[in-house]
Amino acid sequence: MLADSLRRIHAVARKEVRQLLRDRITFGMIVGIPLLQVVLFGYAINTDVRHLRAAVADMAGTQLSRSVVSEAQASQVMDIVAVAHSAPELEALLRDGKVSVGLYLPPDFDRRAMSGAQPAAQLMVDGSDPTLLGVAQGIARMPLPVRYVPSRGAPAALFEVRDFYNPERRSAVDIVPALIGVILTLTMVLFTAVAIVRERERGNLELLITTPVSTVELMSGKIFPYIIIGLIQVSIVLLLGWLLFHVPVAGSIVTLYLSALLFIAASLGLGLLISTVAKTQFQAMQLTVFTFLPSILLSGFMFPFDGMPAFARWIGEFLPLTHFIRLARGVLLRGAGLSGMWVDVWPLLAFFAVTMTLAVLKFHKRLD
Amino acid sequence: MAADYAVETHGLTRRFGKFTAVDGIDLRIPRGKIYGFLGPNGSGKSTTIRMLCGLLEPSSGEATVLGHSVPREAEALRRKIGYMTQSFSLYTDLSTRENLEFMADVFTLTASKRKSRIGDALERYHLKELADQRAGTMSGGQKQRLALAAATLHEPEMLFLDEPTSAVDPQSRRDFWDQLFDLAADGTTILVTTHLMDEAERCHGLAIISRGKLMADGAPNDLMRDIDALVLEIDPQDPRQAAELLRKQPYVKSVTQIGNHLHALLDKGSRDGARQVQMLLKQQGVQAEVRETQADLEDVFVASTGSGESGEEHAG
Repeated sequence: MLADSLRRIHAVARKEVRQLLRDRITFGMIVGIPLLQVVLFGYAINTDVRHLRAAVADMAGTQLSRSVVSEAQASQVMDIVAVAHSAPELEALLRDGKVSVGLYLPPDFDRRAMSGAQPAAQLMVDGSDPTLLGVAQGIARMPLPVRYVPSRGAPAALFEVRDFYNPERRSAVDIVPALIGVILTLTMVLFTAVAIVRERERGNLELLITTPVSTVELMSGKIFPYIIIGLIQVSIVLLLGWLLFHVPVAGSIVTLYLSALLFIAASLGLGLLISTVAKTQFQAMQLTVFTFLPSILLSGFMFPFDGMPAFARWIGEFLPLTHFIRLARGVLLRGAGLSGMWVDVWPLLAFFAVTMTLAVLKFHKRLD
Repeated sequence: MAADYAVETHGLTRRFGKFTAVDGIDLRIPRGKIYGFLGPNGSGKSTTIRMLCGLLEPSSGEATVLGHSVPREAEALRRKIGYMTQSFSLYTDLSTRENLEFMADVFTLTASKRKSRIGDALERYHLKELADQRAGTMSGGQKQRLALAAATLHEPEMLFLDEPTSAVDPQSRRDFWDQLFDLAADGTTILVTTHLMDEAERCHGLAIISRGKLMADGAPNDLMRDIDALVLEIDPQDPRQAAELLRKQPYVKSVTQIGNHLHALLDKGSRDGARQVQMLLKQQGVQAEVRETQADLEDVFVASTGSGESGEEHAG
């Protein structure tokens, strides 16, 4: 019985691979999506802010104040493009958008710096661009006490909040692990959903239902090739990340692939569930996009997870991508092992179990 | 006993919402014969076949196929039946051989059986030259041969064919029916739906289905002999005028013009119908030669469905 069952699964899987190899567009997507996304996201989403246009108002004009200015310049974070001669002039430059950072060194700068009791200087930041806030923090940490204040009426509290969260400095190194999850979400869910719905749409299912193939066999056979494809995609992203952005593999590569397998399983479960609801390939695609958007927005890929409101975080906890991003960053960047990250392993397992069960229950081996 | 019949149904009914697609059908289909379902599109033929295959659950009534009660024992039935769907349902992006291999694996034929059955099928259904061609690029007749080859690969006891010849030219249709008779001679029971009279006439047994109901069943010759109507062939000077006159008569069931002839069905009760019609036409000033003739299957269809329209028109 088991041998028969395995043979049927194998027959379905082999057929699926044959069809896949002949479908040039799908095959192109398997390789093309990871390639394109890694290059695009890796280079384009770069939150390492450098060369900000800055103005300086050095009211002290001492040796110490000049060294602070030149040090700020040397950090490459800011390029001093203008010199102001008073605080109001500095504010005007900011207000008009001529510069995004203003450094104000008061006349009693030396005395303040020496006493250390209060901030010696002010850093004015264009608060309308949140990414600049992190930069301000970086500059404020310079050896000499410098205090930053918001301009343009942005509330001071905003700075304090950012300070509290201490956001990671996001960069290609940080994005590539998450990209593995994003790409798998898109391709795995879409491919499985479409693969089953296509059989229904083309009438193949009507024939298959009258054969001894069972629901579980059909689904297993159909998703098995996609598991392999998912692992190939993981490899492509990892390799590109390493080649282009020197993304490290701090933990074990086996652990990473295990996490990816867990995540692929969860995504396939979702894809199968979608396939039981959608009547046409187009509907399957729409439903996939519908589940894809929250994954992108609420998983911590786009915005820092901890910065989201409680409700959004609560939804995020239900998304497999949230947990996989944590796993991938943990394994790749911090060298974590699966046992230490059990809190993110079990939700993936649970998600897979629930979606698979629902899909098998919903998929009637009848037409009605 | 169920063993005597390949299919037995009692009050088989299927509703879709308020619409009753199949309405209390009682059937007995003998083994090893070609049995036809004749009826227009939408009459419930396909729905009946789908219930017998276990694809649809009956709303009420019961059905036994090869001794298995459906849909309860549908899984056990799957190895014993072959099903050819109305539209081509194999994989268009796979070749003939790949499609057959897939079906052989799905039915878990042994390695030697798989090889010999696929070889036989390629031979028997003239698919050898098409073995490596993708199904999507083949003609209607070629696809149909492939579908039949696939449906019979596991040597089913019973074959369900749902309008198998709808996309096929006349020569391919004749070849196809020859192949069906070969299969029946090997002991396969075949249930085939059609809306074509010439195909229905070739069946051993026939059920006429209209609006979900079984209107008549039996051997085509018996049905034609026992027709509940009088069949006249009329050769009038002006066929259109004569047809118009006849259609007004309450005892005339239907009038069909065939070239310059008229073909009319009358209630059987109308005594001496031929003379009566001749007199009627004469009174109206239409000279006509009227004679009784043998009923054909279309007459049976029209008489049993009680529709004035011809089967062909209905079938569409």
